[in-house]
Amino acid sequence: MITTISRVDAPATTPPPRDRFWTTRRRDELTGWLFIAPQLAGTVVFVLVPLLLVGWYSLHEWNVLADSFTFVGAQNYRALAQDPKIGGVLRASALFSAGLVVVNLSLALLLAVLLNQRLRGTTVFRVLFFSPVVVSLVAWTIVWRFMLQNNGGINDLLAAVGVTGPNWLRSGGTAMAAVIVVQTFKNVGLNMVLFLAALQGVPRELYEAARTDGASAWTVFRRITLPLISPTVLLTSIITVVGSLQVFAQIAVLTEGGPGTSTTVLVYYLYQQAFQFHAFGYGATLSMLLFAIVLALTVLQWRMRRRWVFHES
Amino acid sequence: MRVMNIAAAMVLLGSLAACGDGSSSADGGAVTLRMTTWSANEAHVKLFTDIAAAYHGAHPNVTVTFDALPVENYTTAVTTQIAGGNTPDLAWILESAAPDFVSSGALVPLDDAVENPSEIAPTTTALWKQDGKLLAYPFSTSPFGVFVNTDLVPDLPTGDDWTWDAAIGAAKKAAVSSGKQGLVPRDFDYKDWTNLAPIFDAWGAQAWSADGKTCGFDKQPMVDAMTFIHQAIFDDKAIPGPGVAADFFAGDAAMTITQISRASLLEDAPFDWTLVRLPSGPRGTYAVFGQAGIGVLKKGEHVDEAKDFLRFFTNDANSAKLAAYFPPPRTPQLTPETLAESNPLLKPENLKDVVIDGISSGVVKPSHRNSAEIVQAVRSALDPMWKPGADVPAVLTGVCTAIQPLLTK
Repeated sequence: MITTISRVDAPATTPPPRDRFWTTRRRDELTGWLFIAPQLAGTVVFVLVPLLLVGWYSLHEWNVLADSFTFVGAQNYRALAQDPKIGGVLRASALFSAGLVVVNLSLALLLAVLLNQRLRGTTVFRVLFFSPVVVSLVAWTIVWRFMLQNNGGINDLLAAVGVTGPNWLRSGGTAMAAVIVVQTFKNVGLNMVLFLAALQGVPRELYEAARTDGASAWTVFRRITLPLISPTVLLTSIITVVGSLQVFAQIAVLTEGGPGTSTTVLVYYLYQQAFQFHAFGYGATLSMLLFAIVLALTVLQWRMRRRWVFHES
Repeated sequence: MRVMNIAAAMVLLGSLAACGDGSSSADGGAVTLRMTTWSANEAHVKLFTDIAAAYHGAHPNVTVTFDALPVENYTTAVTTQIAGGNTPDLAWILESAAPDFVSSGALVPLDDAVENPSEIAPTTTALWKQDGKLLAYPFSTSPFGVFVNTDLVPDLPTGDDWTWDAAIGAAKKAAVSSGKQGLVPRDFDYKDWTNLAPIFDAWGAQAWSADGKTCGFDKQPMVDAMTFIHQAIFDDKAIPGPGVAADFFAGDAAMTITQISRASLLEDAPFDWTLVRLPSGPRGTYAVFGQAGIGVLKKGEHVDEAKDFLRFFTNDANSAKLAAYFPPPRTPQLTPETLAESNPLLKPENLKDVVIDGISSGVVKPSHRNSAEIVQAVRSALDPMWKPGADVPAVLTGVCTAIQPLLTK
């Protein structure tokens, strides 16, 4: 009531300029900006500015020790096109990503389905499979490195049952497989939890209806479960693909890119060029290549969602 | 107005934060010098800080801090610090990175920052000079020797009988009888092949020519040396194979080839041991050493103060103290008696054979400009050799194919 009287009286006095500027709309806008400011500042400082700087560095030859920073235009990009090692590096990256996506998602889905039963003890197993996610990545990998030594725990176990294990980290094929498995066990729990949440969101009545119609367990999984959890499959596959392209610590600790260059994936090659060989300009060029690949794969997966994600069709 | 106040406060906070990391204060010339090292060893750090405290006593405005970085990524960490504008005032430099640092212009000349330069053995400064100017002080010249677990090798060949054939024979015998490993080339681990130099030098093999432009891996001495090493690993089982973890200092092996500065790891060894020179090979007796230098970075904030501290850190008195862990380059200190005083773990005859003769006659481990890329290329190309039945000459030819363009780049 008091407010009403005040508004009636308002035309009689000259409103202060500040009130005209701070309209409700502007106040709301400012509030909105302030709410997103921390996130925006983080994105600008830690994503956009470094991205622009990396693009700028990729146009330069930067010798840190000689303190020279010379603009070379597209020279680093031409060197990238002619780099005899880049083919092998991209092959290793593709092999790692493909292997990780297949093994990780399959295992995560299998574990989620198994642990989605109303049985005693499933909580214990859920915690067990999720716990590596919260373990330090480097500590996890170092323990695996000891276990994968030729005279390490894995081969000791195999020897106990009469099997001579391979030299896991010293042969091209097994080294890549070992890195994939170590990374899978590290993060499979996260995808498992996401799949579990999705599985628990599938309406029970659909299963009951399917069973009434006489559908087999496989048909129920293929025709009901999989379509209804397809948004989660999309999410986990994007997370896993993008994560797989950024793998570094596992390679650095387990194989250092070897034997030969069989496990030299793109990020490790980038690290070698920039930080070990001091070719910061060329390293920045490789970063731009990595950015382009991650962006392209993410866009591709996002566009393909209409074809295979149930809710999008 | 309120928004303006908040903005002003943020700017002020930012300015304060920017000031917080500075090494100079506004109280009239207080200086903090930072030296990067790769040793966090408690005894080493205590020695460094004692020397720095003594310097601070004489120069109260100067404080010195030591920034220990992991040796595995040491050069990477230092160059990243330089790239990030956080240049140390002084830095230890590994011999493998010496050509890059020395030739880049990153270091200031130290000829006027070293006490009694005539005392320094010429073999120790070759790597650290350019155009006649000393660009880093070789504070540690650590020869390779063979540490032997005499519990596992009681009848060690001596004198002229101490050859590579005898050494591998003894390692094989000890491995068979003890169930442990034979001879471990320390820090090789089928990755850092430069730690095989103390073996292949016995054949006169060189990774590349003296001018650094021609690959030496496909030359006959290297083929012979690598064939010998391959047989020792896969036929004799005298050297642990790829992927086999064995630490001599933990008692896992009969012998190890490493630098004598590792002797401190044997302080509480639960076994008897001795140190002997590298076995003789086809080229007779020889010596190989690793080195570490200290340089003053041109981009550091306090170049003059850093040079003055370096003069103090490496003077005769402090060089003698550092000799407890880092074999000095100063010839008057290279006597069995002097070294024995600061190295109670080593016997005078060990010090004479391995350290003194090694420093005066040895060659430094392989190093080259752009060393990291070349070492990595060799490592990748050598990998096919580390399996039974490998075609050693073909692999070594492949090494040269891989690195020749890098050597002449």
